Amino acid sequence: MTEILWHGRGGQGAFTVARLLGEAYSLKDGAYALAFPSFGPERRGAPMRAFTKLDRKPIGNRSEVKKADFSIFLDDTLFSGQALEELKDGGKILLNTKKKIHSPTVITVDADSIAEQYLGLPITNTVLLGVLAAVSGVVSVNDIKEAITLSMPQRLREKNIAAVKAAYEEVKE
Amino acid sequence: MAKKFLSGNEAFAYGVRFARPQVISAYPITPQTIVVEKLSEFVENGSLKAEFIHVESEHSALSCAMGASSVGARAFTATSSQGLLYMAECLPYAAGGRFPIVMMNANRSTALPWNIYGDQRDSLSQLDSGWIQAYAENAQEALDLALMSFYIAEHKNVSTPFMANLDGFVLTHTYEVVDVPTQEQADKFLPPFKTENKMSFEEPKNLGFSAGPDNNIIFKYKEHLGLLKAKAVIKEAETHFESIFGRQYTGLTESYRTEDADYLLITLGSISGLVREVVDRLREEGRKVGLLRLRYLRPFPDEEITAAVRKAKAVAVLEKDISFGNEGTVYTNVNSALHKAGINIPSSDYIGGLGGKNISDEEIEQIFTDLAQQRTGVHFIGIGGGQSGS
Repeated sequence: MTEILWHGRGGQGAFTVARLLGEAYSLKDGAYALAFPSFGPERRGAPMRAFTKLDRKPIGNRSEVKKADFSIFLDDTLFSGQALEELKDGGKILLNTKKKIHSPTVITVDADSIAEQYLGLPITNTVLLGVLAAVSGVVSVNDIKEAITLSMPQRLREKNIAAVKAAYEEVKE
Repeated sequence: MAKKFLSGNEAFAYGVRFARPQVISAYPITPQTIVVEKLSEFVENGSLKAEFIHVESEHSALSCAMGASSVGARAFTATSSQGLLYMAECLPYAAGGRFPIVMMNANRSTALPWNIYGDQRDSLSQLDSGWIQAYAENAQEALDLALMSFYIAEHKNVSTPFMANLDGFVLTHTYEVVDVPTQEQADKFLPPFKTENKMSFEEPKNLGFSAGPDNNIIFKYKEHLGLLKAKAVIKEAETHFESIFGRQYTGLTESYRTEDADYLLITLGSISGLVREVVDRLREEGRKVGLLRLRYLRPFPDEEITAAVRKAKAVAVLEKDISFGNEGTVYTNVNSALHKAGINIPSSDYIGGLGGKNISDEEIEQIFTDLAQQRTGVHFIGIGGGQSGS
């Protein structure tokens, strides 16, 4: 099972992207996913988490992800060294930041700039989904494109697909 | 059929839409709100033609559904927790009036302390209200149960209201893959609601009728028979369902690796998925363990339980419920069935997940370990200092 832990602040779309990833992955036959936020009251700006679990068989464990294969930060103010404790062996952190961090475990990307360019807003959730596709291969850009087409309002589709592609290509290079 | 990525609430709302209810009475409460929100969208976009009635309380929500049902309309409502308790006065009214209303209940803890998260004390406190009670494990079953609930409730041998329970948040708010059927398939499965128990201008009747000491017990006996007869109708509904949708359900219970199991865990609702994974893991280690999932609590699956438990060496119940001063209500019911069948093996009760507390795979494994040691009694999981109880 591949487990993804999303960190964001209320309003940054962490749960939306957790759900998009689950949908993109489970479009294929024999693929299963669970996606859910940390349950409870949600407030704009408050730290929150969301979870995606991906597997080739039905997933029985509905508990929160304790150790992730990928821990993804939409906001670098939420990131600290503690994040490493929530990773499986060989797990990776994907971090939206303008800073450089020299660690084999932490992959940084300036997702704000990509989001500004393609969406006109610093909403980086789909950008980081593109980064995850490039780093992990758990989903393809095409799967993401299909999930976006199925579940996002029309006015957001094309620019988000463009943002995913741009992020994917920047990291692949 | 189309695959969709839906939450339990959304999946249930799709099932209700396909059942074409004519009246939906709605009063929101977390974590149920999304089901009535989604249905209001369906009514707004025209994909469901129903009267969507905003009522002022849960008491009114069920009263409204009763009024609709009494004139022959297919009626749906939904609630949770304090909302269910607030409508509690109306529950036996609906059952005694034999109104086949379907209600979704999002299982949630009851105050105090105030808590919005999932446990099953709300619905289990209403087991004696005369309603059928079913518990879904996942979003697919939620959708399928929504469709089947109308079939079962409205069957002329049953004519009893149906409460479909979904664990709050872990099921109602978790997204997963669901096969969504077509309206054509649903129409083939579920005919329009027809009943002789109907009031009209041509045939005026009394909605709030009374029955004195002489014949009150006859009404109650017939109500009891309606629930008992639901057992056969549930099987009939599932066979019919499978012929159209291809998905199989197993009646009042679902057995998992129970045939040769020495140690059996009985539970209900969405925790069953995790128990199944633990059973698989322990089986690989050579431990003969199994799971019996209770899909229905009313009518009670006494025969299914005794058949599954007959060869076991010990049995435990895991439930998100406590009848204060006694034990978990599911445990009481299970023990009664075992006693009547003359099965005398060690049994124990594990109370967990109250107020939404996580139940881990390690905790479930510990129950199986306790079972092998023939531990008995009532035990609370996750209260610190290990599992303890009476």
